[in-house]
Amino acid sequence: MNLQQKYVAFKTILIKEWLRFMRIWIQTVLPPAITMVLYFIIFGNLIGSQIGGIKGFTYIEYIIPGLIMLGIIANSYANVVSSFFGAKFQRHIEEMLVSPTPNYVILLGFIAGGVVRGLTVGVVIFLVSLFFTHLQIHSLFVTVSVVLLTSVLFSLGGFINGVFAKSFDDISIVPTFVLTPLTYLGGIFYSIDMLSPFWQKVSLINPILYMINAFRFGILGISDISLLASFAIIIAFIAGLFIVGLYLLDKGVGIRT
Amino acid sequence: MPTALSIRNLTKTYKNGLTALKGISLDVREGDFFALLGPNGAGKSTTIGIASSLINKSGGKVFIFGKDIDVEFAEARSYLGLVPQEFNFNVFEPVVEIVVNQAGYYGIDRKRAFAAAEDCLRRLGLWEKRHSAARELSGGMKRRLMIARALVHGPKLLILDEPTAGVDIETRRAMWDFLRKINAEGTTIILTTHYLEEAESLCRSIAIIDRGVLIENTSMRRLLDTLHLETFVLYLKDPIRFLPELPEHDIQQVDDATLEVSISKEKSLNKVFTDLSCHGIEVLSMKNKANRLEELFVRLVNEKAAPASPARASIA
Ligand SMILES: Nc1ncnc2c1ncn2[C@@H]1O[C@H](COP(=O)(O)OP(=O)(O)O)[C@@H](O)[C@H]1O
Ligand SMILES: [Mg+2]
Repeated sequence: MNLQQKYVAFKTILIKEWLRFMRIWIQTVLPPAITMVLYFIIFGNLIGSQIGGIKGFTYIEYIIPGLIMLGIIANSYANVVSSFFGAKFQRHIEEMLVSPTPNYVILLGFIAGGVVRGLTVGVVIFLVSLFFTHLQIHSLFVTVSVVLLTSVLFSLGGFINGVFAKSFDDISIVPTFVLTPLTYLGGIFYSIDMLSPFWQKVSLINPILYMINAFRFGILGISDISLLASFAIIIAFIAGLFIVGLYLLDKGVGIRT
Repeated sequence: MPTALSIRNLTKTYKNGLTALKGISLDVREGDFFALLGPNGAGKSTTIGIASSLINKSGGKVFIFGKDIDVEFAEARSYLGLVPQEFNFNVFEPVVEIVVNQAGYYGIDRKRAFAAAEDCLRRLGLWEKRHSAARELSGGMKRRLMIARALVHGPKLLILDEPTAGVDIETRRAMWDFLRKINAEGTTIILTTHYLEEAESLCRSIAIIDRGVLIENTSMRRLLDTLHLETFVLYLKDPIRFLPELPEHDIQQVDDATLEVSISKEKSLNKVFTDLSCHGIEVLSMKNKANRLEELFVRLVNEKAAPASPARASIA
């Protein structure tokens, strides 16, 4: 396959993924929008006014970056894990496996699908948030690059989960028991400066903390963590997970007997 | 003539320790209509799965139009179209998208992919159904969808794994006609089946596998001829030095007191005995020679997975 053909194959997977989650938008795009409206009503209007601000921002302003990130992380991951597991389960992954499309293009295609889903949900939440508060973006470059990289990272995570998943239970274990707690404890709702020194240190081993803070810097211009550390950690995770994902595909783990 | 598919010493042992292929070698000529016949569990799907990169082999080599599937995998795969035994499309996806996407995986850009998909779907009578989700199709239509999908990139070799299993008789006939047509247009076709009738009616060449071993690889004509013959071992009363000329019969001398005679099932054995005794040869006793192929066919026919029309009696 020449480069042009590989690009066509990549685009095909991306379009297929996009159509897939849009076909089921009631399950994929609508729920995060509704959850966010609830967050905004509760934390923005009902109890937010009683909590007081953090670092010069109202409470709702402070938590919006984290809420957007929560949606992006959960949806990028969910898109790839369920799509790849579904492709295995219904065996239509074989459509790609018999074709000349190289494995890295397949992997990139699934990641791109996860990123598009993450971004779609991110944009929807962002638009919803505009009804409740006035947001300005401090640094567009940081905002966009953190969103993209985080989305790539969790798409890769979802992919690896999908490779190993043998049942529908297996695709919800990691999101429920790992991702959700780490995201909630990653400083969506608070600054780690508000924690005791011990819990601050513990928080630092949570990679999601770095992403949420980098993203908050992009929007609000404040962060608990240095930007450089955040980017370094995100990129290191992406590199590691990409190598693992490609290795699993090359070995045919879970897909070639 | 170039070889469309060449398999050398193919072996496969599954993770559970089961050896499904025990060293299979075979060649399929370009333009051929080739049957891979064998009872359930013989290793047909395993062979095809390996050729189409869905199953990792344990040993051996596979070439598609001369391209090693391990080395020049992209070329090898682009020559091949696969219709697997089990449905393997996304049942929620609309028919046309399934076919267009498949073209995309072969690097065919979307505009040309749509044109190719339309052509294939029309040929298989699915164009009216193009916007339906795959799960809304009938069984026969699903099968045809898989054929359309396999043809969308214009493969030179089409492999179909039991394409007519569970398909009603009319659809089967229509499918046969279609396959004959694309074969006449130049596509090499390999199909696996455990219906003898199907292989006989469609194919010019045939390979038979059983329990992971290749038993026969020949032309359909020759196979049918062999199946019409029965072989008997004759034990002679007195040893003979040499066998007299008996041009009417197919007789071989095994040793000085044993002969083997192959005779069409419709013919009487009396003539053999008469002609032998004319030359002073007296037969003491005889037995029917066990024929592996024959046994296999009896099993195939007895499997009763056969289609509504029974396999022809002349073969049983
Ligand atoms: N994934 C698998 N794991 C273990 N054994 C398998 C697997 N697939 C097939 N087999 C076994 O390999 C043998 C050959 O199977 P298969 O190639 O499907 O035969 P056929 O297509 O001729 O019916 C059978 O005994 C079958 O049970
Ligand atoms: Mg089979």
